[in-house]
Amino acid sequence: MDYVEKFENVSVLGAAGKMGSGILMLTAFEMADLSLKPENKGKTFTLHAIDVSQEALSGLLKNIKSQVLKNAEKNIVQLRKVYANRADLIENIDVINQYIGDVLKLIVPHTHIEASYKSTLIFEAIKEDPDLKVKVFKKINEINTLKPWFFTNTSSIPISYIDKEAKLEGRILGVHFYNPPAVQKLVEVIKSENTKPELHEFASMLIKNLRKIEVPSYDKAGFIGNGHFMRDALYGMEQATKLSTEMPFVEAIYDINKITQDYLIRPMGIFQLIDYVGIDVCQYIMKVMKPYVKDENIHSPLLDKFIELGVKGGQNADGSQKDGFLKYEKGKPVAIYDPAQKQYVAISDISAKCEQKLGAMPATVKPWKVVVGNPAKDEILKKYFAELKTMDTIGANLAKNYAKRSKEIGVKLVSNKVAYCDKDVNTVLLTGFFHAYGPINDYLN
Amino acid sequence: MKLRRKIYMVGGYNTISMGTGRKEFNPKIERPGLEYYIKEAGQGTLKQIGGAKNVDEGVIANFMAARFNYQGNLAGFMPYIDEGLTYKPCSRVEGACGSGALGLMSGIRSVLAETADVVLVIGTEVQNTVKAVYCADILAGAGWFKERKEGHAYFFPGKFSDRAGHYYEKFGKEKTRKAMAKWYVNAIENARLCPTAQEYSNTTKDLMAVGMMEPSPRSFVDNLNVFDCSKVSDGASAIAIVSEEGLKRCGIDKKDAIEVIGFGQAENDITKPPKELTKLDTTTAAVKKAFEMANITKEQIATVECHDCFTITGILAVEAIGFAEHGKGPDFVLEGNTSRTGKVPFNTTGGLVGWGHPTGATGVHQAVTILEQLTGKAGEAQINIPADRPYGLTINMGGDDKTLVSIVYKRG
Ligand SMILES: NC(=O)c1ccc[n+]([C@@H]2O[C@H](COP(=O)([O-])OP(=O)(O)OC[C@H]3O[C@@H](n4cnc5c(N)ncnc54)[C@H](O)[C@@H]3O)[C@@H](O)[C@H]2O)c1
Repeated sequence: MDYVEKFENVSVLGAAGKMGSGILMLTAFEMADLSLKPENKGKTFTLHAIDVSQEALSGLLKNIKSQVLKNAEKNIVQLRKVYANRADLIENIDVINQYIGDVLKLIVPHTHIEASYKSTLIFEAIKEDPDLKVKVFKKINEINTLKPWFFTNTSSIPISYIDKEAKLEGRILGVHFYNPPAVQKLVEVIKSENTKPELHEFASMLIKNLRKIEVPSYDKAGFIGNGHFMRDALYGMEQATKLSTEMPFVEAIYDINKITQDYLIRPMGIFQLIDYVGIDVCQYIMKVMKPYVKDENIHSPLLDKFIELGVKGGQNADGSQKDGFLKYEKGKPVAIYDPAQKQYVAISDISAKCEQKLGAMPATVKPWKVVVGNPAKDEILKKYFAELKTMDTIGANLAKNYAKRSKEIGVKLVSNKVAYCDKDVNTVLLTGFFHAYGPINDYLN
Repeated sequence: MKLRRKIYMVGGYNTISMGTGRKEFNPKIERPGLEYYIKEAGQGTLKQIGGAKNVDEGVIANFMAARFNYQGNLAGFMPYIDEGLTYKPCSRVEGACGSGALGLMSGIRSVLAETADVVLVIGTEVQNTVKAVYCADILAGAGWFKERKEGHAYFFPGKFSDRAGHYYEKFGKEKTRKAMAKWYVNAIENARLCPTAQEYSNTTKDLMAVGMMEPSPRSFVDNLNVFDCSKVSDGASAIAIVSEEGLKRCGIDKKDAIEVIGFGQAENDITKPPKELTKLDTTTAAVKKAFEMANITKEQIATVECHDCFTITGILAVEAIGFAEHGKGPDFVLEGNTSRTGKVPFNTTGGLVGWGHPTGATGVHQAVTILEQLTGKAGEAQINIPADRPYGLTINMGGDDKTLVSIVYKRG
């Protein structure tokens, strides 16, 4: 395998989407790095940005330009070295402008899949639809005579399934970036039964060059990240549904969201996370996972209900949060949706009452922000969970059960051969979900 | 050389040093421009000296408004401060980060030449108009442009990182790094006592740990972390330089003034590298001249405002003054001598690392701080000035030890 050669003609499918645009950018950075190396002088590098939506594509380049600018500003120390032999580029601003030009000139936008017929490397981030992905891969593979490699960003479809259905002969690898790809460090890598080792070798090198963290996952629907998240979310929704038999629905949502954020010291509560990913996206991922998981019902009637009501969450094009289970102002939850009344109820109207019921928070609790990067993290968490363990408030019990369930999910991912080991599960939650601690831990033993 | 006339400084005023660290700072929201700062500082001093009618001449010190603010001809902002300054002479002076003290020197010379009895000196810089990465380009103008290409992306941090690296090699890394962190701790502790300081609201608990953070060469420089660096600031400082007649005209008692009893100005070739990276030779030369003119020794100094554009520069200044021999600056700092309760408190309102570094204003800000300290008006930041050591010393530096002014003061 020649790493550089593979990069000379690359396509990104779904390039204008949330994930595709990020993957496009990361690929562009890597290709720009290669194209700027003296030994690659004279080689041409092309990156086809392919998306069916013309509208989205035209917004893409502008967006990419500002991202490249940011990246260049951040990496100025390295970039000056790259352009050290260019006597005409003296100030940082000269170097940055040149780099933007050098990255943008690699990218060619297209609305037709034909552009990928001469590519040797194809990243895919189109809709999470097994039939569509298979159809697209099959077509490209039939016409492209260069035996291209396919790197799919699917969140839940088994790679072996795509491999077989599209007849890719092992030239496919799951390279599962997290959202947003430019920021998130984690990349899950999933081989099909037949994936050729060269693909994995290549992807590992790319991931390393992008300074990201690779975690391998078995080829099981949902992989590690969604394998944990979907089950964790299901548990949260079940708990809320149960609570709502004895209290108003919005209070139940408030409680579980608070338990999962404040009591479990996570960056956001489970309902905020569902909104962040998108209620529709969660519903869809569960639908894709469901047939592959025999001993559990990966399905949530609550999600169905919200979708029916047209409440979907997800993000606006500018990255701001759309309303879902929760309503947001400046990115912060301010109200909770009541499906019976079809309207949002202000959090400030219910929080005091809810918190009184949950009981006092453990005295040693600290916000996630304080814990996550703290060198004394382990000590803080040990002390906190030790206190939580001794408490018998409604809040503490909900939290303990939640933490136990989260661990159980993690352990099962390993025993069911989704993850290779405990550590991989924890790494995914730590780096992909920014948890302060992995779910498989002994804090409550 | 002897002073042929008595020179005083009065009516000092500092605006807030605005930038990261200040609660009200938001890089995304439009902020006041250069003219605002010049006006606030200028009026702040005019109020204390009986108004514009008492002023004979104005000086505006600034480094790079032409690039930070697309503004030249800064002298034209003097009458903008107060209509009463219209048709009075004004000049703008520039000597990189040493501009402020060049402004003071310009005022001092006018008073000595008896062409003025009251000179209003304002130093200013408004730097947050650009991001740090472009700010570095602009500040690199304090060095020789022909070296820019070879230089680090963060040009001056790069220069002083090299100095720090050499110092580590020669005198031991661990001790030096600790002393640099200690310098940072002192700076922040002092800044917390001064409401105009950029780090006034700093609440970090373990400052030493922050100061000891490992440098990250991939995104910054090899031997300095960001806490070793002075701040990027918007701000202005103003002071009036007056003769004895000037004092009378302004109706100010000598006790509320400081007297300049010696100064040393020294220049070095901007196209030549430093002779010895672990020394500030030009600083040494300037301080020596100032002491000679003042006819005092370092033992008589109560407090110093030095140009700690980086923590390492502070340590090198300690050696340049002679408080510690070459290689022993870190020990002097680590023993606590430069802290506010130490033998010679340095940078009692935080210096460039803690108070802030609006480049063109810094030299003036130093004089204002000494004025406040020696006249007992430093508020919470007040230190004890021993009766047997009544002198204050300032060192303002432009570029990499190139444009130097050192001044010795005592209470009037
Ligand atoms: N959003 C996430 O958090 C996330 C995280 C990891 C992985 N993923 C996976 O990444 C993939 C993309 O998700 P997304 O959130 O970016 O979706 P998205 O809807 O933002 O983007 C999909 C893009 O694909 C384009 N597209 C659709 N059909 C196409 C076709 N036939 N040819 C070319 N382009 C086509 C669409 O116009 C759209 O721009 C999915 O497989 C998803 O499961 C998503």
